[in-house]
Amino acid sequence: MTATTTVPVAHARVGTAKTPGRLRAWATRAPLLPALVFMIVVTQLPFVATLVISFFDWNALYPDARRFTWFANYGEVLTDPDLRKSVLTTILLTATVVIVSLVVGLGLALLLDRKFRGRGLVRTLLIAPFLLVPVAAALLWKHVLYNPEYGLLNGLLHYVGGPQPDWISNTPLLAVETALVWQWTPFMMLILLAGLQSRSPELIEAARMDGAGNWQVFRYLTLPHLRRYLELGALLGSVYIVQNFDAVFTITSGGLGTANLPYTVYQSFYQAHENGLASAAGVLVVIGSIIIATFALRVVSSLFREEASRA
Amino acid sequence: MNVRPPRVKGLGLVAWLAGILFFLPIAWMVLTSFHSEESAATNPPSFAASLTLDGYRDFFGTAGGASPWPALVNSTVASLASTLFVLVLALPAAYALSIRPVKKWTDVLFFFLSTKMLPVVAGLLPIYLLAKNTGMLDNIWLLVILYTSMNLPIAVWMMQSFLAEVPIAVIEAARIDGARLPTLLARVVAPIAMPGIAATALICFIFSWNELLFARVLSGVVAQTAPVFLTGFITSQGLFLAKVCAASLVISLPVLAAGFAAQDKLVQGLSLGAVK
Repeated sequence: MTATTTVPVAHARVGTAKTPGRLRAWATRAPLLPALVFMIVVTQLPFVATLVISFFDWNALYPDARRFTWFANYGEVLTDPDLRKSVLTTILLTATVVIVSLVVGLGLALLLDRKFRGRGLVRTLLIAPFLLVPVAAALLWKHVLYNPEYGLLNGLLHYVGGPQPDWISNTPLLAVETALVWQWTPFMMLILLAGLQSRSPELIEAARMDGAGNWQVFRYLTLPHLRRYLELGALLGSVYIVQNFDAVFTITSGGLGTANLPYTVYQSFYQAHENGLASAAGVLVVIGSIIIATFALRVVSSLFREEASRA
Repeated sequence: MNVRPPRVKGLGLVAWLAGILFFLPIAWMVLTSFHSEESAATNPPSFAASLTLDGYRDFFGTAGGASPWPALVNSTVASLASTLFVLVLALPAAYALSIRPVKKWTDVLFFFLSTKMLPVVAGLLPIYLLAKNTGMLDNIWLLVILYTSMNLPIAVWMMQSFLAEVPIAVIEAARIDGARLPTLLARVVAPIAMPGIAATALICFIFSWNELLFARVLSGVVAQTAPVFLTGFITSQGLFLAKVCAASLVISLPVLAAGFAAQDKLVQGLSLGAVK
């Protein structure tokens, strides 16, 4: 893929170790420092603060009653039925959206990997949902498609004499999931399409020479090659969707059992002013994300190394 | 040669149908935005109703509520300023991670990536409390700082891979001529890596423009951004479909434009540089 003229990646670039004096080492590091310091201050310090606050019983409306409570907030978060439900909702929402959009995205990527008239245009049509502002996309589903009286879905059902369900009230979580799948499928498709197009043509040709059929090529060459792209899509999708706030906030405002953890955290300090509880819930989201992220970083790192060794 | 599977008739048609199906909600949104409120809210839908710009007039006019202009201006400022800061911080960092790499440069690279995996809610409360106590609430520059931190890891990753492709000889030559780092970056590296830098900027712009949670919590009336303005449409207000569609489209327009402009690099940005 990359042109053969590209210079090999980093390692062997401008001499690093000619005179490894301290001054020189700092001169090398200097350009990196502003970005690094900025990131540590803006992202790591607040998290440390969250961790500290999570050990306090602290309601912003009663600041004088603030006291240290060790793990009481965590106990409360883990035993509060609403919060437990939001943990479950988060897992369900994330898993459903990631799996469905990955499967549909794979189908679309396979379709787009072959030549046909107007391929570029179809690709553009498919990417469009991903390029709406998330709140706008959620509003589109909530008002324009799901509305029981004049939404497009019921309008189309009307033509075939079908029922006129109230989509959001009847199946709230599914309504949120569908809107998210619609927005995230293009993302999965793009990643998988990049994966398909990085297959080695020689290998596939050789397999075909040896008489492999379409299914065999897919099963024994394409799918193993795609594995890491599938993993990457799943993990990045999870990292982004675990944090989803926009769709839940817009479509159901966290009602009808669709409140996920980010929404719950938002609500418990923004509306209920429970700083301690919100922080504990926030720390739990982080722990969940770290678990996903550990795997995600591993996949990224293996793709990264492969890229480096190929260049 | 015969790399692709042999042509199966009809699969192109299936792809077209899928494309149309995915695009249908957007097409319907565009059509509805040009309908009058009365013909937008009919069941069965009125496909052939006469077209009007009333939805857009309603949205931009102040008659039916607040004007969207301050929010659009705020979003523009927040997105452009944060993107500029990101580029200013990321370019030297990427240089120190690819052209003249520090020791353990991969570890640093992965540190940047890991901050991206830290959920926004993890630091939201302390930032809110700090902003409240320092009078920074409802200040667009607070959002600029946060959006910079949100996009910096993506930019560092993307630019690191773009700078790795700058020919080393060019850089050595400039160094021998006595160019110092800022000059070197601005005059030699940036022009060569321009397409990559442009794509990075577009992707950072999209993420800043789309952001809702920070903006919702940390801005009020003054620093309200466009997505926060859109949340005003969450509860229905009588017949307002055409207006909602017009608003959603207008506010999505910069993202659609930036996204199509950066189409080829979109995957690379979204996968934090892992997929090329």
